[in-house]
Amino acid sequence: MHAELSLTVDGHHHDLTVDTRTTVLDALREHLEITSPKKGCDHGQCGACTVLLDGRRTLSCLSLAVAHDGAEITTADGLAPAGELHPLQEAFVAHDAYQCGYCTPGQICSAVGMLDEAAHGAPSVVTEDLTGDVRLDRAEIAERLSGNLCRCGAYAHIVDAVSEVAR
Amino acid sequence: MTTASRPFVPREVGTARPRPEGPEKVRGTAHYTVETADTDALYLFPVQAGVARGRVTAIDPGPAEALDGVVAVLTHENAPRLAQDDGVLQSAAIGQHGQYLAAVLATSSETAREAASLVSVSVVEEPHAAVLDEDSPDVYTPDALVVGATDDTRGDPGTALSVAEVVLRQTYRTPMEHHQPLEPHATVALWKNEGDGDRLVVHDATQAVSWTRQALAQAFGLEESAVDVISQHVGGGFGSKGGTHPNTMLTVLAARAVPGRSVRYALTRQQMFDLVGYRPATVQHVALGADRDGRLTAITHDAVDQGSRIGEFVEPAAAFSRGMYAAEARRTTHRVVPLDIGVPTFMRAPGEAPGSFAGECAMDELAIELGIDPVELRVRNEPDVDPETGLPFSSRNLVACLRRGAERFGWADRDPAPRTRLVDGWWHGTGVAAASFPVPRFPGSQATIRAAVSGSYVVEIAASDIGQGARAALTAIAADALDVPAERIDLRIGDTALGPAGPAGGSAGTTSWGAAVVEAAERFRDKYGDDPDVGDEADATTPDNPWASDYAMHAYGAHFVEVAVHADTGEIRVPRMLGVFAAGRIVNPLTARSQFIGGMTWGLSAALHEESVLDDRFGHVVNRDLAGYHVATNADVGTLDVEWLDEDDPYVNPMGTKGIGEIGIVGVAAAVANAAYHATGVRVRSLPITLDAFL
Amino acid sequence: MRPFAYERPDDATGAVATVTADPDAAFLAGGTNLVDHLRLGLAAPSTLVDVTGLTSTGITDLPDGGLRIGAGVRNADLAADERVRARYPALAQALLAGASGQLRNMATTGGNLLQRTRCSYFQDLTTPCNKRAPGSGCAALEGWARHHAVLGATHEPAEVACVATHPSDMAVALVALDAQVHVLGRDGERTFPLTELHRLPGDDPSRDTVLAHGELITAVDLPPAPDAGHSTYRKVRDRASFAFALVSVAAALTVEDGTITDARVAFGGVAHVPWRARAAERALIGAPVTEDTFRAAAAAELSGARPVDSPRGGTGFKLPLVTATLVATLRDLTAREETA
Repeated sequence: MHAELSLTVDGHHHDLTVDTRTTVLDALREHLEITSPKKGCDHGQCGACTVLLDGRRTLSCLSLAVAHDGAEITTADGLAPAGELHPLQEAFVAHDAYQCGYCTPGQICSAVGMLDEAAHGAPSVVTEDLTGDVRLDRAEIAERLSGNLCRCGAYAHIVDAVSEVAR
Repeated sequence: MTTASRPFVPREVGTARPRPEGPEKVRGTAHYTVETADTDALYLFPVQAGVARGRVTAIDPGPAEALDGVVAVLTHENAPRLAQDDGVLQSAAIGQHGQYLAAVLATSSETAREAASLVSVSVVEEPHAAVLDEDSPDVYTPDALVVGATDDTRGDPGTALSVAEVVLRQTYRTPMEHHQPLEPHATVALWKNEGDGDRLVVHDATQAVSWTRQALAQAFGLEESAVDVISQHVGGGFGSKGGTHPNTMLTVLAARAVPGRSVRYALTRQQMFDLVGYRPATVQHVALGADRDGRLTAITHDAVDQGSRIGEFVEPAAAFSRGMYAAEARRTTHRVVPLDIGVPTFMRAPGEAPGSFAGECAMDELAIELGIDPVELRVRNEPDVDPETGLPFSSRNLVACLRRGAERFGWADRDPAPRTRLVDGWWHGTGVAAASFPVPRFPGSQATIRAAVSGSYVVEIAASDIGQGARAALTAIAADALDVPAERIDLRIGDTALGPAGPAGGSAGTTSWGAAVVEAAERFRDKYGDDPDVGDEADATTPDNPWASDYAMHAYGAHFVEVAVHADTGEIRVPRMLGVFAAGRIVNPLTARSQFIGGMTWGLSAALHEESVLDDRFGHVVNRDLAGYHVATNADVGTLDVEWLDEDDPYVNPMGTKGIGEIGIVGVAAAVANAAYHATGVRVRSLPITLDAFL
Repeated sequence: MRPFAYERPDDATGAVATVTADPDAAFLAGGTNLVDHLRLGLAAPSTLVDVTGLTSTGITDLPDGGLRIGAGVRNADLAADERVRARYPALAQALLAGASGQLRNMATTGGNLLQRTRCSYFQDLTTPCNKRAPGSGCAALEGWARHHAVLGATHEPAEVACVATHPSDMAVALVALDAQVHVLGRDGERTFPLTELHRLPGDDPSRDTVLAHGELITAVDLPPAPDAGHSTYRKVRDRASFAFALVSVAAALTVEDGTITDARVAFGGVAHVPWRARAAERALIGAPVTEDTFRAAAAAELSGARPVDSPRGGTGFKLPLVTATLVATLRDLTAREETA
């Protein structure tokens, strides 16, 4: 069964017809050839498919496209319009906060979403005072980005990169 | 034999530079294998065996074929024939759970997957074995290890142990582990008919395009020159993308049925636990004999490995003890228990990773037994020459690593008494372990250098960048070899069109490819000087190392870790890690640091998390996803410090590099176990170390 | 994955009517568990009825001082709500201890309650499982049962055995906090204690809850809890983050003059339901604040425990772990109270 829908991805409007079973991730990768979000596990267990969906970090592999008609999606590529890298992307390059790069677009989208959440005062499970101000130290950043696995083990550099931007 | 006569002067080498593909990677525009597929490529989804051993008695593709969008269903009954009878879809025999029994090709991923679920398969199940039982009557002695003999005995270890003043005997266990690179294995295959015959074009997530080409040419009866294998960006490999596994064969086989049309197949995460290799479980018996001053008189290290009946890979765990410490008498052996499971393969530091867990925990236990500081015990047993070969070391700075690490970590203040530091409800302890990894060189990589416009050079070599930073490293090496800035190097890799090349593996990629690049540059400059004409070209293949039989060559390292164990719940954390390495010249300090921290994070992950649970009743891994098979998360990593010692080794290769991809993992699990003992007084001899050990 | 129709009715009543009428239809909310199951072949609905936007996404104050949480409230938003953080810290902590930032942005309150067990054998179509394929047996009983139950499980007879655990963290805090759940069915709305939503496997492990097909959770009410400001949630797991609980404890205590006067305790990771530990509460109330009291409370709750005794990794370790976690949690909670 198919459905017609539209998605705005990185500022570009797309009308498409997809199987009701098609996820946002597959709609992007297999229909629109937008492969910045990666498929790592397809079950919400690795974070490689993270995009900003209507502004929030979201796992595109667990989102059915048909349920997100009209959504605004930003991928890591969309964070760098006209090739101008986002400060987080600059920091990832400078700190070598990756190796193979496969988890990287997801890490970066997740970090963008996370910084926004923190800016709105959202606590994490390692926040000592749930009602106090959020201070993004290394432990906070690591916990908040733990939904993004990096099998190359670049976590220490990822926290370096995000810390630099979070300051 | 030819070698570079011009001295290699490092200028770009040794300079920290971001990797050239960085901007593409952070945007997600670097294309990994399936992302190269054209839009009309067919999607492949396999049907897999649900039993560990047996035969297919009937297979009905009818319901799958009836589905709109299904283009073909391949089974062993209709699949093209391969050169090998035991190849994928070549017979009705089932030799492992998860084996491919059929493949559906369809125009969409959803349809392919649905159709695969509709293929009806009847099987008769046969008895299978899947328990690693070292007393199994099937235990066998393999012919050889990948490098070195299966067994190696020097002196009379039995007698030496019987007369030793102190003897430490223990058994250590390491589990089955899976590589789980974040990019699942993937292949895009296209058969073209070009008039003069078939041409096969394959994009594959591989650590070695040449090896993949060789395997495909052999299986499909083609000349290697009729096969192109391309792999520009690989999302991690760690050994699993070294060999050519059934997934690649299946995709190419299926594409054979639809000539002129591409077929794409990326494994699901669950399938990553079935068919692309793993580190086999080991049982390791270690005995150390020593005098009261801590001088080792005997070392025995006997490993029994989990193995497969359908293919052999021997985890050379005991080989770790062949070169670490001086001892008059020594025995190292390997045995394999063959099981009805998939075939194991290389996984980051094969042998050294599990072997160091046993060997370096045993050293810690001996140190405690003797009342000698564990750093000092290792220093006392530093050999003058390589215990395995009798050769002098090209360079060996293990003691320097231990001393420097001890200083930086604050080891001198350590009270050796266990279970004495309770801080905010957590027992804290510290531990140390040593590491080594050999410096192999793969032969046969071809490098080509061609002068281009404006003083730039095209440098071609079919290297694979699996994240280790081949582009950054080879660009720097080529720049120095040609005596030009890195900006003037146009490096091209990852394509068999560039000639044969060795793998990204064995911590030998940079060494093997780099040696070829330096050799080609040498020839180029000899021939054309430093002001060549556009189009001038020279090539070379990796030269043999003239010192290979004169020196033993290894990288070394020392790990220091702090562990905290919750006094109530037993939860274990590693708040602090330090690795100090002596690994030759570091090509790119920025990307090298990533290699070291990556290895150490792997070591941490193996120490605390990783275990593929093989349910012997079914013969498959039951924690078969990333929620069940834990790898370390960001929050598991505490303060992670890395340092390397300046090491100028003139014997390893012109660049003076030793390889850094694997040394970082070696010894970490032992250091964690040793620290956990120091924290709690509980000795854990099996991985992973989980909270139940401390309850 | 089988093809399915997708519908988005105008309101919750319509959604309930649609699903009630079709035994193969299912509700879709955040999708974090259902899409997972579609892909695994665990769920094969004919129609997905999207309830996004049909139940409230608001958190409202109740006249009695409690809170009403719409079923559509995302886990992240619930955890970040200032009232929840200040008055129900156990709930905020439980939510934040669950899953990942991305999943918490997607998962809803209603969906979180209805997520299904992560038992490996349940999720693997090739192995026996009485929950997935009634009567086929329980592979976990003699299998890898590290994440399985010690309380309230069915060990025999074989054809109904089930030792699965409920995976939610949020639900553990909510049952400890005496939450009520609002459910809309074909015949209207009903409200009942959350402790009655989930059911033990009994002789029908295929059913996780008491909900009839087509019943939709619309909201969860939190009563005012005078002592809830002193509640806490402690999760023990195999990784530092992004892992399901081996054991978790939600607890709220009131202490007067060194004596416990009120106690609410619930355990996660130990049973087919978020386990309200009434026996432990009885042991705590009236007793002095000592570690012996806490240990006695754990012992009282575990007196009927039966771990999975599997040769391939059972749950025996959870008995000392439950005790250790409860002791550690209550020690921290009472220490905090003293300094408060």
